[in-house]
Amino acid sequence: MTSEPGIIVDGVTVERGGHAALTDITFEVGPGALMGVLGPNGAGKSTLFDAIAGLLPLASGAIDLRGMERKGAMAYVPQRDNINWRFPASVHDVVMMGRGNNIGWLRRPGRRDKQAVRESLERVALWDKRSVPITQLSGGERQRVFIARALAQEASILLMDEAFSGVDVGAQEGIVEVLQSLRDEGKIVIISTHDLTNIAQRFDQVLCINHHMCAYGPPDEAFTPQVLEELYGSHGLEFAHHHVDPHHDDDGRRLP
Amino acid sequence: MIDYVVGPFQYGFMARALVVAIIVGVMCPVIGAYVVARGRAFMGDALAHSVLPGMAVGLLATGSALLIAVPVGVGAALLIGYISRRTGSSEDTSIGIVFAGAFALGLVILSSPLYINAFLRLRGGKSPDIEGLLVGEILGVNMQEVYISLGLAALVIAGLYLFHRQLVYTTFDPVGAQVVGIRTRLVEYALLALLALVIVIGIQAAGIVLVMAMLITPAATGYLLARRFVGVMVIGALIGVLSAVAGMYLSFHANMPAGPVMALIATGVFGAVAARGLAAQSARRLRLIATGALGAVAAVRTRWKSG
Repeated sequence: MTSEPGIIVDGVTVERGGHAALTDITFEVGPGALMGVLGPNGAGKSTLFDAIAGLLPLASGAIDLRGMERKGAMAYVPQRDNINWRFPASVHDVVMMGRGNNIGWLRRPGRRDKQAVRESLERVALWDKRSVPITQLSGGERQRVFIARALAQEASILLMDEAFSGVDVGAQEGIVEVLQSLRDEGKIVIISTHDLTNIAQRFDQVLCINHHMCAYGPPDEAFTPQVLEELYGSHGLEFAHHHVDPHHDDDGRRLP
Repeated sequence: MIDYVVGPFQYGFMARALVVAIIVGVMCPVIGAYVVARGRAFMGDALAHSVLPGMAVGLLATGSALLIAVPVGVGAALLIGYISRRTGSSEDTSIGIVFAGAFALGLVILSSPLYINAFLRLRGGKSPDIEGLLVGEILGVNMQEVYISLGLAALVIAGLYLFHRQLVYTTFDPVGAQVVGIRTRLVEYALLALLALVIVIGIQAAGIVLVMAMLITPAATGYLLARRFVGVMVIGALIGVLSAVAGMYLSFHANMPAGPVMALIATGVFGAVAARGLAAQSARRLRLIATGALGAVAAVRTRWKSG
């Protein structure tokens, strides 16, 4: 009975503190999508995520999850600053949190829950580190733990806010590979990032926002010089040459 | 030595005090582990001070400060949330307002001639023990208070068990918890209600002013020593019981107020554990510097020889 996941965002405007933080955002995604939300700091990426997650009321417009219930279907990986790192949780503890909806009020985690946690951790290659406190992991490993938590939850939509901040380039690749495999299973993965590096080329679709919608589509089509200037000002064009597509520019030198 | 430990139990009040000391020693750090992780120490202090009017009325009406303090504490927690939502002031500010206002009300009630006269008439000529409320009077608990403490402790354990998963999720990741459908505000209020119950139990031993020392300090020590949340609770409870029982004995033998003694012991344990950690850290640093220096000397020497 599980319907195909999908998100239809239709003319959404969100206000924060009396001002429009986002105006007239419209896009449709899924099933099976790896989507990036790009924009400079303060462009409204987190606001958009909060709206999709149902944490903020919409001033106008609508968000349709194609009949899916948010609870259970959606998993959210907040920015690093929103996690309470004082709380001493092991990797296993964090992933088990994802089983909350499957365990009854007075029940303890059963065999199926433990099995689900194990499979999820194996999938992100962290089963060996299950008893390590999550604070002792690297930025990339922490993100993989949160992905495992979403897997244990059996979520069909995964929202990751600033997923690559504090994650070194090598580890970013590993995260993208796991997310691509989720995409191939029909899940929807939406990632926000302020940083327009090569990683942007790995998304199926990118939504570029700076309080309003600048572009939506496959990266090759979305990253036009105009859009980059809208996002990052005139030096956005440098991004276009040096980061997004380093091999085809006017610079005579070649990358090794 | 044996006489020092066992002797006091020829008095009935000592057995009652021991039971309450153990309950307080366990319950305060167990809920304190959440209070510390969620950064709610000020809230705990505020709730402790806010129950004073309830204790004053309870002492007069029932002879025990406990029962009426419970709804007053829960009410104060709700009021704090309500004020910050309605006026848009920060929660920190609302806590300050409710804390000071309720504590002042309690002091005014306790010192008003009307109250003192009524107390003398209803309570057989005794005057209210204000000092006992402020710094604790564990040797003075009666049987009714022992039963109430046991009942409240059972309620708190049941509540913490019931809300365990929600509490853990919202403490670690409040935003993610909300997205998966956990009603974070309900969980927060449930925790504050349980906290109010524990504070009321704890006040008998450590008093309004110092119940914080039992709530925060042993749990904070637990955080220094344990790697898992359950470990924090267990270590905190061990230190809590040690502090409370030792405070009780010193109060009996040396005729010192129990609350401050418990608080000092808990603080001393924290200090010792923290100092050990710091010492280990600086030893590591010194070793690093020493190896670095030796390495540099060796390098200069080789270069000097070869040059």
